[in-house]
Amino acid sequence: MTTPAAFTGALRRLPGHLLPALMIGLCAFAVFGPLGNLLLWAFAEKWFFPARYPTEYGFDFWHRVFRPRAGAWDSLFASVWIALSTVLLSMVLAVPAGYALARLALPLRSVIMLLFLLPQAFPSLPIFVNIARMFYGMGLNGTYFGVVLVHSLPGLVYAVWIATAAFAAVDRSMEEAARNLGAGPLWTFRDITLPQAFPGLVAASIFVFLDSIDEFTGTFFVGTPDISTLPILMFNASMGGNYQIAAITALILLIPSVGFMLVIERFLKADVLSRIGR
Amino acid sequence: MTLSRTAAPKAPGPFRALLPGLMLVAPALLAIGFLYVLPLVRSVVFAFVDAEGGFTTAHLRVAAELYGRDVLFTIFVALSSLALIAVLSIAIAGYLTLGATPWAVAALRWLYRWPLFIPFIVAGQTARSFLARNGLFNSLLIDSGLMDPAMAQSLLDWRGLVLTFAWKQVPFVTLLLAGAMASVDRSTIEAARNMGAGRLRCLIQILLPQVRGTLLVGLILSLVTIMSVLSVPMMLIAGNPTMMTAMMAHRVTYYGDYPVANALGLFSYILTALAAFAYLRMTMAQRRESER
Repeated sequence: MTTPAAFTGALRRLPGHLLPALMIGLCAFAVFGPLGNLLLWAFAEKWFFPARYPTEYGFDFWHRVFRPRAGAWDSLFASVWIALSTVLLSMVLAVPAGYALARLALPLRSVIMLLFLLPQAFPSLPIFVNIARMFYGMGLNGTYFGVVLVHSLPGLVYAVWIATAAFAAVDRSMEEAARNLGAGPLWTFRDITLPQAFPGLVAASIFVFLDSIDEFTGTFFVGTPDISTLPILMFNASMGGNYQIAAITALILLIPSVGFMLVIERFLKADVLSRIGR
Repeated sequence: MTLSRTAAPKAPGPFRALLPGLMLVAPALLAIGFLYVLPLVRSVVFAFVDAEGGFTTAHLRVAAELYGRDVLFTIFVALSSLALIAVLSIAIAGYLTLGATPWAVAALRWLYRWPLFIPFIVAGQTARSFLARNGLFNSLLIDSGLMDPAMAQSLLDWRGLVLTFAWKQVPFVTLLLAGAMASVDRSTIEAARNMGAGRLRCLIQILLPQVRGTLLVGLILSLVTIMSVLSVPMMLIAGNPTMMTAMMAHRVTYYGDYPVANALGLFSYILTALAAFAYLRMTMAQRRESER
């Protein structure tokens, strides 16, 4: 049983909780309202204009999207295949570069770092347009290799930044101890340096993978109409008025993004994060 | 350290010492040269070159004439988005730092990050359905009795663009701001609170001046994003005027007209460069002031 004093105390505190509750509610509406609309469209069988909500729900469009010979599977495989190739290419280039930038003597190091920063500092659309023009002359437009190359531009930038930070965070005293005990430089790198930098490199790969899976603009200029990734499929469905198919494709696109981001904090440690861009 | 040490002892010449690093960084540099520097140079050069290879400003004039309204529209949408992003992220980051209701702070911290992880193309599609006339935005307002059904209208114009850009970028700027605010010395805030200053006053007069640099960096990066995203304006806006990105794509895909597209691209470089310049001047002035 509550005493009158405690009751009036709780009553007095209530307005203090009311305002935050209202604010959180508004935020939740702003964040999840649009996503809720996406879910409605994904399961709406019939939804025509005057109706404020779908008049019929069902899985009809899911069957249509995942029919064996529908384009969705092709686009899904193309997206994953391109993203994995982009990760491979970006990391092969970024790991040695990141090691050199973090640990070795380099002339004009700050200029090189700036060069890897510029692509994020200016609008990228004219770059993609001109890459498409160049690739057209080289026969790379409409090829998987061309799309992987264009995805590697943002990929490489992220990968070099994070790899540099990851190598800079490696404890040098352990390397020196290994060298003093007689380990060669390559052994030291493989057994001491690489394992310590590994979580950061995994985080970089995840970033590059996600960026490639979601990439639209570069694919739009270099890949279409021959190559259809999931974002291109979604865009075409949406512009064609197929909101159900667009919504289902969008939900598929959300799985890797949200899934990976829920685990990314495990790989990207604070000591690496604080060194990015240095 | 390990590699340079093996190269250094025999030949201490300065070039030999730099060689391993240069060799390791060269492939990535070549790639960025081919995929970024070359297209960048071409985008600027071809805005000024005519069919015979001579210098011309005709493309710039055509671009200004045909797309002047779109350029103004782009500036308007970008500035409105940045204003909304600034206000919302200051409010959210401020509440995360100063908020007195623990459960609300925790809930907000969990909530605000979501759009950060959602790709622009998906954000475009959600906005396209959410803000439409029969979208959930209107429906929920009508159901809750806050709006008359006859008042329902589509928000798929400049308002939709501003809301979508803000939806995507507020979490990003908030993340930066909240990080910067967390590292501000708490004792000045405690002192101000003890003297009777309200939380809002602490936010505006104590916290905000100390994180202004972070806020500006976040806003400039957001501006670059707004000027780069193609999918959102293409999905939200049908017809004119629209964002410069959509017009550049239109010029290339329908007319194969790269010079005018490049001239438009040049305008977008200049707009972001102006913002970056304003930021640099501001930080320089601040530094000079603090040195005095």
